[in-house]
Amino acid sequence: MATSKVCGIETEYGILLSGAEVDPITASSLIVSAYKDSSWAFASFDASHESPSRDARGVNLDDYLDPVIDSKMINTVLSNGARYYVDHAHPEYSSPECATIRDAVLFDVAGEFILRESMNKANERLPQGVRIDLYKNNSDGKGNSYGCHENYLIDRQLPFAKLAAFITTHFVTRQIFCGSGKVGHETPTGVVDQSGFQISQRADFFEELIGLETTMKRPIVNTRDEPHCDPQKYRRLHVIVGDANMSQFATYLKLGSTALVLSMIEDGAFPQHLLIAHPVHAIKQISRDVTLSEQVLMADGSRMTALAIQNELCAAVKAYVASSSYCGLTHEEANDVLVKWEQTLHDLSVQPDSLSKKIDWIAKLQLVNGTKNRHSLSDSDSRLKAIDLMYHSLDPKTCLATKLNLLNLFDPENIADAAQQPPDTTRAFFRGRVVDKWFDHIVNANWDSIVFDVANRPLQKVYMNEPLKGTRELTESIIESSTSVDELLALLGQQDLPSSTL
Amino acid sequence: MGERVFKQHEQDRQGTNESEAELQPKDHDPIKSDLDSILDQIDEVLEENAEEFVKSYVQKGGQ
Repeated sequence: MATSKVCGIETEYGILLSGAEVDPITASSLIVSAYKDSSWAFASFDASHESPSRDARGVNLDDYLDPVIDSKMINTVLSNGARYYVDHAHPEYSSPECATIRDAVLFDVAGEFILRESMNKANERLPQGVRIDLYKNNSDGKGNSYGCHENYLIDRQLPFAKLAAFITTHFVTRQIFCGSGKVGHETPTGVVDQSGFQISQRADFFEELIGLETTMKRPIVNTRDEPHCDPQKYRRLHVIVGDANMSQFATYLKLGSTALVLSMIEDGAFPQHLLIAHPVHAIKQISRDVTLSEQVLMADGSRMTALAIQNELCAAVKAYVASSSYCGLTHEEANDVLVKWEQTLHDLSVQPDSLSKKIDWIAKLQLVNGTKNRHSLSDSDSRLKAIDLMYHSLDPKTCLATKLNLLNLFDPENIADAAQQPPDTTRAFFRGRVVDKWFDHIVNANWDSIVFDVANRPLQKVYMNEPLKGTRELTESIIESSTSVDELLALLGQQDLPSSTL
Repeated sequence: MGERVFKQHEQDRQGTNESEAELQPKDHDPIKSDLDSILDQIDEVLEENAEEFVKSYVQKGGQ
């Protein structure tokens, strides 16, 4: 039976400082610290035990490399259970782990809220004429890319080679509804062409089918083996192939469809004829065809469009969900994903323009073509690339996605709450609530543990190896009724929740 | 960039000139579609600063 598809999104935001010469790491530190210094609760994130170089295929590059430590790297855990930090010269928000697709979208959007608040606070502090702007995108159009990674909980029993082979089909073709659109083409070494429009922000940057890298020679399937939970039971599939979406609907469909395809693979129901012959070539081929008519070569020698492949995948998932007792999501949510997925594929085939409030690349293409036709601009006019970039701005005064009134799944009140309150149904609830209540007694926290400093006792570490424990249902009364960390730890020890204490 | 460009635009507008005023919707214009209205806003913002903005948008690579 499929594993619960606990999931979340980590996003590196583009950062642009104008009016002064400051390196992007310092500018990113200004952003994160502006939020950290506000009244909201936070704790330090402990990354000392992380091993991003552990490879699902059995090699560990940590054995060969020293960790790089930079004193400017600010690293925090927020009261909504998220991690907020500086990574690779970008401010990065990693949402708390969520047990529903709807929650995962909400907490991704809460990340936008947090980054926007940070930007506003940082700008209040900067001298006149100096300003930082943030962008939720993945490329500068000059050969530099930064990621929006998804994470999904997977059964450790599933052979990784099988998982990688099958999920590749979805990773290559799902861009037709979750691509964010891009003006121009580039390579990881620079610009190829500033003209033309493609579906995906990221497709240009994928050079390998499978591998451990994330910053160079990026692979369609990333093999990082770092579950952040019980490694005997689980994997965390770290997905680096996706675009950052401004559309909440697109994020919902990206996460929902991927979660269900993964569950279908776990349960042995993937339609094995849907394998693409040359995925690294096909991902670019599909991205560069906004007419969706390009056919890619399949492993069996046939040719199919991305739309045809998606139609078959969606139909297979529909049959799988109907026949399974559990599909990694509740049947109610799975069916909601399926209805939206099916309808979107139908609209893409008959009237793609009707998706301009739901699908980012279609919304952006409408603005690019509208401006181009209105002024008879050449394909390489800078105004078209500027539209591409401004679509992703976090400043509502200039953000073109905001001006388009894309379909929203959440009210502003829901989003503001999610910036401070954790999700109810994963261990993020425990993490967020104790950070909120006892941040001054927390030495550090990470995804699967929290270290408390209690007077006159050794440091106390609480492990959280089960993503679906530490929920509101299991821990709220303990947290609420405890008047001290001592009391909390005693109650946790008695109840053995969310896991044992040291 | 956005804020900078908008400020520049506001300054331009304060020193009003005819061509700028023409870009503003007139009372008896037919009702414009959402898209037209956004394209108008894009025109206002990008006319002079697009090239500089695109050039300045350089990022360090990430993941």
